[in-house]
Amino acid sequence: MVDSPFWVIWPGNAALSALLWFMIAMPFLYAARKPVHELLRAVGLLAGGPLRMGSRWLLAAAREMRERNKQVLLAHGRDEAEQQIAREFERVALLVKRDLEGYPALQRRLLDEITRVEEDYKKCGEVPPPPPEWVEAVAAVAKVKSNGNELVVKILEEINRSIKVIHDKTLGEYRRAYEERHKILDGFMPFWRSLDKTLAQADRKMTSLAERAASIDGQMERYEQIVKKTERAEHALTVSALTQFFIATLVLAIAAGGALINFKLIALPMSEMVGAGDYLTASLRTSEVAALVIIFVEATMGLFLMETLRITHLFPKIHALPDRMRMRMLWIAFILLVTLAGIEAALALMRDMLIADKQALLQSLAASQAAAASDSWLARIPTIGQMLLGFILPFALAFIAIPLESFIASARTVGGAALVTLTRALAVLLRLAGSFIRQLARVLVTLYDILIVLPLLVERLVRNGRAPKPRVTGFEAGERR
Amino acid sequence: MKRRTFVLSLAALAVGCGDSRSHSQGVYMLVDTSGTYAEEIGKAQLIVNYLLGTLQPGDSLAVARVKSRSFSEKDIIAKATFDNRPSQANAQKRVFRERIDAFTQTARGSVYTDITGGLIQGAMFLNETGAGKKTILIFSDMQEELDKSTLRDFPIDLKDIRVVAVNVVKLKTDNVDPRRYMGRLEAWQKRVVSAGAREWRVINDIEHLDAVLKS
Repeated sequence: MVDSPFWVIWPGNAALSALLWFMIAMPFLYAARKPVHELLRAVGLLAGGPLRMGSRWLLAAAREMRERNKQVLLAHGRDEAEQQIAREFERVALLVKRDLEGYPALQRRLLDEITRVEEDYKKCGEVPPPPPEWVEAVAAVAKVKSNGNELVVKILEEINRSIKVIHDKTLGEYRRAYEERHKILDGFMPFWRSLDKTLAQADRKMTSLAERAASIDGQMERYEQIVKKTERAEHALTVSALTQFFIATLVLAIAAGGALINFKLIALPMSEMVGAGDYLTASLRTSEVAALVIIFVEATMGLFLMETLRITHLFPKIHALPDRMRMRMLWIAFILLVTLAGIEAALALMRDMLIADKQALLQSLAASQAAAASDSWLARIPTIGQMLLGFILPFALAFIAIPLESFIASARTVGGAALVTLTRALAVLLRLAGSFIRQLARVLVTLYDILIVLPLLVERLVRNGRAPKPRVTGFEAGERR
Repeated sequence: MKRRTFVLSLAALAVGCGDSRSHSQGVYMLVDTSGTYAEEIGKAQLIVNYLLGTLQPGDSLAVARVKSRSFSEKDIIAKATFDNRPSQANAQKRVFRERIDAFTQTARGSVYTDITGGLIQGAMFLNETGAGKKTILIFSDMQEELDKSTLRDFPIDLKDIRVVAVNVVKLKTDNVDPRRYMGRLEAWQKRVVSAGAREWRVINDIEHLDAVLKS
């Protein structure tokens, strides 16, 4: 026989036993109704209150963080805008110095050309001398009637012949004069062309200057927005930082891929230098760490190179150095980088040799006929390729400094925004949890009343029986009737 | 794998830790040259060549023959702890291979088979190398035969050593009663495990040796 649990009143029927226990407990539950209600409400408040407070604190912290992020973002944006404007002004100054410095000379050349053109034009205006005055006398003679007189006819013929000679001579002179004027006009053309070219040049320079001015206007407008701390400026700067962050991350990922290839190139030959049997951890060889150190040193040299070239601004101390010292540092970094690149090229060659040696050994161990080593230039392509890659990759890694700077600068904004969002989300969650606990306490209070519904019904009946019957007013009585 | 190593390298650099444990591997191979088993010497050569191709710079390898009495350095045909530099290690492997080739051409069968003596000698060699992973390969039919004056019935010490019996061929008597073969292997397992060996394995297919050595 199986022993029943101690609480089973009705053996073999647990449900009935539970019901009996419940009926027994009901009066006590009814008696404890008020304290239990208070307890449930207190527990709800106790748990929900701190959660609500925590939520409020988190929201306040998120607001504060957002404000701080905004200040940092705007300050950073202001600095950036100032730098860009300064750069634009430098460009304009350069443009003015380069193009407009020669403007007086250009003007003088233009005036000279105009003067020459004017002079030539005047020359063109000089007409050939008019026919001599005796032409009028000849005209008068021409009116004389011959009337068949031979002498007169002869004289007239003589006059006609003389006039024709003179006419031909005058016409020749006239044509020569026009020919000369045409020549002068023909000589105009280079001056006109030069004039046109000079004016076009001046126009181009002015247009370029106008474009720069428009660009400065745009930058200034952006700067003003930032100084006024407008939402638009903040939004634009945040979007810009996000874009920068993703681009920089992408470029850094590509650079990491390059570093991985670089590591693969030099890890094996490094074992020839530092030994292949030393381990730093269970699976990490010293030779691999040495290869990594070389790659990191190359990246660092690249960083210094970019810094001394003033392309990046990660180390203010380097920027504060005197120009001479900075240039020295630049050359040191460059020489070290070239040396390391040379070492890498040599290591790449050694890697190829080691692999070939290992391959030859394995072939001899397999007792198979070793393949004849090819001396053709085709067989050397992989070796040359590896050496070139070993030499180029350090320089490619040097440029990592640029995306790294962008990444660091934008990570502050992106990280800050993400932290604010996370804090807000946490605040909402806490608030929801607090509300849920308070509502749960109310639900439990109602559930408790449902459990003791029988005593409550009895209580209501007793109360209704004791309570005085409401008086019926005359108006209500009339209505009823 | 390389990627993981790359990341691990970064982590190691960050914490600046070092590992003083030995990561090298030591392999001692006993080659049985007694009786008809001497005909299997070609397979032994293949295994040695495989080991030469697999072992890394810094690892140790020794090949010794099992004779009537094998507890002697004179029975070691070739031994080497490969240089840390890969190019030097390759040169050592070439010399090692030449010695083994010479041995296979001049190997003579012995009357008795002293596997226990070889095991003791192998354990001593491996402990001297200080290798992290120690393995004794026994290329034999595992039929030990000792002359009357040779004493080997005492406990031996094979602590932290993995013992792998390779190419354990069946004798004519095993074919008559396979329980003899099973019993022989069982007895060796009992002896090796009681000597403190890390593992006891029997590999008859040489291709499976790769997985065992890499584990």
